[in-house]
Amino acid sequence: MKASIAPATLDQAQEMGLRPEEFDQIKTILGRTPNFTEMCVYSVMWSEHCSYKNSIKWLKTLPKDGPHMLVKAGEENAGIVDIGDGLGCAFKIESHNHPSAIEPYQGAATGVGGINRDIFTMGARPIAQLNSLRFGDLSNPRTKWLLEGVVKGIGDYGNSFGVPIVGGELFFDSSYQVNPLVNAMSVGILEADKIISATASGPGNPVYIVGSSTGKDGIQGASFASKDITEESADDLPSVQVGDPFQEKLLLEASLELSTTTAVVGMQDMGAAGITCSTSEMSAAGEVGMEIHLDRVPLRQQDMEPFEILLSESQERMLVVVRKGQEEEVKAIFDKWDLHAEHIGEVTEGDQIRYYMHGELVGDVPGSTLVLGGGAPVYEREYKEPAWYAEAQAFDHTTVPVPSLDECVDIAHRMICLPNIASKRWVWEQYDSMVGTINRTTNRPSDAGVVSVRGTDKALALTVDCNARYVQADPEIGTAIAVAEAARNISCTGAVPSAITNCLNFGNPYNPEVYWQFVGAIQGMGRACRHLKTPVTGGNVSFYNQTAKPDGTAQAVFPTPTIGMVGVMEDRAHHTGLDFKEKGELIFQLGPSTDCIHASEYLASIVGIDKSPAPYFDLEAEGHLHACLQELAQKELAQASHDVADGGLFVTLLEMAMPRGLGFDLVSDDEVRLDAFLFGEGQGRAVVSLKDSDQDDFFDICGSHGLKPTLLGHVTKGKVVVDDKHFGFCEELRAYFDNALEEMLTDE
Amino acid sequence: MKIGVVTFPGSNCDMDMVHALSQDLGFNVVQLWHKDRDLQGVEAVVLPGGFSYGDYLRSGAIARFSPIMEEVIAFANNGGRVLGVCNGFQILCEAGLLPGTLRHNESRKFICRNVHLKPVSRTAPVSMGCDPDTPLLVPIAHGEGNYFIGEEGLQSLKDNDQILFQYCDEEGKVNGMSNPNGALMNIAGVCNEGKNVFGMMPHPERACSEDLANADGKAILMGLVQEVLA
Repeated sequence: MKASIAPATLDQAQEMGLRPEEFDQIKTILGRTPNFTEMCVYSVMWSEHCSYKNSIKWLKTLPKDGPHMLVKAGEENAGIVDIGDGLGCAFKIESHNHPSAIEPYQGAATGVGGINRDIFTMGARPIAQLNSLRFGDLSNPRTKWLLEGVVKGIGDYGNSFGVPIVGGELFFDSSYQVNPLVNAMSVGILEADKIISATASGPGNPVYIVGSSTGKDGIQGASFASKDITEESADDLPSVQVGDPFQEKLLLEASLELSTTTAVVGMQDMGAAGITCSTSEMSAAGEVGMEIHLDRVPLRQQDMEPFEILLSESQERMLVVVRKGQEEEVKAIFDKWDLHAEHIGEVTEGDQIRYYMHGELVGDVPGSTLVLGGGAPVYEREYKEPAWYAEAQAFDHTTVPVPSLDECVDIAHRMICLPNIASKRWVWEQYDSMVGTINRTTNRPSDAGVVSVRGTDKALALTVDCNARYVQADPEIGTAIAVAEAARNISCTGAVPSAITNCLNFGNPYNPEVYWQFVGAIQGMGRACRHLKTPVTGGNVSFYNQTAKPDGTAQAVFPTPTIGMVGVMEDRAHHTGLDFKEKGELIFQLGPSTDCIHASEYLASIVGIDKSPAPYFDLEAEGHLHACLQELAQKELAQASHDVADGGLFVTLLEMAMPRGLGFDLVSDDEVRLDAFLFGEGQGRAVVSLKDSDQDDFFDICGSHGLKPTLLGHVTKGKVVVDDKHFGFCEELRAYFDNALEEMLTDE
Repeated sequence: MKIGVVTFPGSNCDMDMVHALSQDLGFNVVQLWHKDRDLQGVEAVVLPGGFSYGDYLRSGAIARFSPIMEEVIAFANNGGRVLGVCNGFQILCEAGLLPGTLRHNESRKFICRNVHLKPVSRTAPVSMGCDPDTPLLVPIAHGEGNYFIGEEGLQSLKDNDQILFQYCDEEGKVNGMSNPNGALMNIAGVCNEGKNVFGMMPHPERACSEDLANADGKAILMGLVQEVLA
């Protein structure tokens, strides 16, 4: 008997990552032992990545609905927000952490490809991208290699594909030493009545595979090494996919042309688990079956086994269900773009998906039993509060001596050169941020990426945020802060937050302390999203992010629930930037100054204390602050508007001063510790600058939101002064800030 | 004035160019598909930026052999005006319509940022309308924009006033500090001897509107239709 149809053994199943009880469950479903090919299909579909088996219970508690939702989480490849004028905005964030840890260039590049495909598969044209990157200690040569590879991979793929990168974040901490995080987000626009569904329907309709040929790249894991299966060694099976942005661009244009016809019933991109996942998810969504002939799939290599064809994660491919009789219309579009479009099967009645190879049935499985929400397993995991949590909560800031004003000059200079604070110019100059000619922030630096929506007066404000140090300090509060910070950024520009997508990067879910972080994060996210009326449209869970320590134990990465948020600006004429406009503007802080130095960059990197609670945070007050910032922007009272975040008030003010080479003269608050005043990261604050003549209107608006602004000082021609102490001129501080990261990278 | 913008399969600045020429400058614009051979009676052709055919070999190396390029080359040889921006510039060099070549940036990295340009040629239509003492702010976005030409070629560029723009600083100073990619003599754009074929690495179409808070590119694109005084 051929290996592909021989009954699978428990050993094989376990090698492929299935648990013994899962193997038994498959036997119960089929009423027999699955053959090898079928077992492979279950193993990938029931993997964490496809089934969300260890996370779905908690993900379901997140708010999905909001006033602007066109397509809710889980219904299609990505959620869609109604932005008015008959347009929808589809957006999603996804991780590509493990491939990037092994092969940073291709790992990151294919991450970009995959997330964009999720968007244009729905018929939406991607108009902007963002990314969120995390690496280990920058002084480690491997970190430099990873960072350079990831940035080049994202750049080469995205620059060629032609969608601007308009925002992102970059954070360094030793917890990411071996396991960097690469999260990529894509945002697209579509006409609300032209959404392409990822659903198969209509028995008899032909099924096509389009795009690149299928090769052995990305076949899941080296666990296929079983010599019983193939003569080849597992070493020959690269586990990282290879990207081709030119194919992706062709696929994009062809897909969008398809969306204007009536010929397409449904379409889904092939990401994880390739043909297996796309055929089973599309069938299950439409409650139909499929008959697929694997030998008709265009191959890159000879002699591929059925399981290899089924599991290949070759990039830039789609599965398309075409309306019978309109095949020629579809073929013509793919011919125009010189893409393969091969007819590989049909939609059938019932639930069975049947895979054939040269006429021989090699797999026969009920589609619904493979997918999330169908037969895929769902687990409840144990969780428990780690001992160090209580230890961190016990931190008392009075044990940290308050530095003098003189010492603060030196601290300020060191702060702006820290890799987590310094300019990320070295990174973003390698990305095309302007293609598409809609990025308004090139010449208007802002708290979020702001892109014009062509054909309307609107703009979208986009951001990704997560300070993982806060989440490490307290998963629930830290994650709520990530949502609030994203909303604050968007509000500063004058836009109103609409919805979020999330990328949940955690350690091993079977570790109860890691799972405790996950549960806390979801609870904090749910609370903040409900309060700020920003439903979750979808996202991605990435577990098993950890760094092995020399003693054989594993240290999980900082829990990192990255939040991608979209906001809508009704009239982009009111777009407010973060840069001071001219000398003499008054500088106000909205929100309280506190003694809080918890979980700040200052406490971690200057003082050297890594265990403390999350920073001061008041969710209720955040809502009022955001509404006030939106109104100040919309009424064009704020000349500049910028939230107080990493690095605290001093860094915030410097970031506002640098774009136009201005300075500021600041007076501290007697009742607040000087280090907390300058560098503390207590939440719920923003700085605005305004013309002297606008003060009355400004106070009226702040008052109407229950806020009492504090006058901090005024904008100077270039000198930076705190309590009459000279901290340097803008130009010299900017030189430090701009060049620090590059100098660290080129420092051998 | 009817202007054609060519779309190669991997062009990604084609629609930006169409938008700038039609919406911001009011020209009648037609799109020309790489597989076609009909220039549709246009009076000028623009080759936009992007990665024409993926550009895995060498930027622009394959595009010059496309059906539409045969027509564009004939059009240029008959005196028709052709502007190549970024990848379009690379294609024009590969096709032999412009002298010189574009090498990898000195940093070996892709660079996207605003740069300043000093308009140089007083006889080439795309730069002659710009004030040589007022630097223009125009973005670049390329990995291979490091212009190079041999000594003789450079001399003839100078002798014939074929250098369109040089990278400079805010004050108009042309020096090493203001050279983003290592280009010989800070050259950002050149034209042919006949002054009807123009190539430049910076993207004027990315600087044509209040929406982008930068309209410095308009003068350059308007130059495409500038009358040349004898």
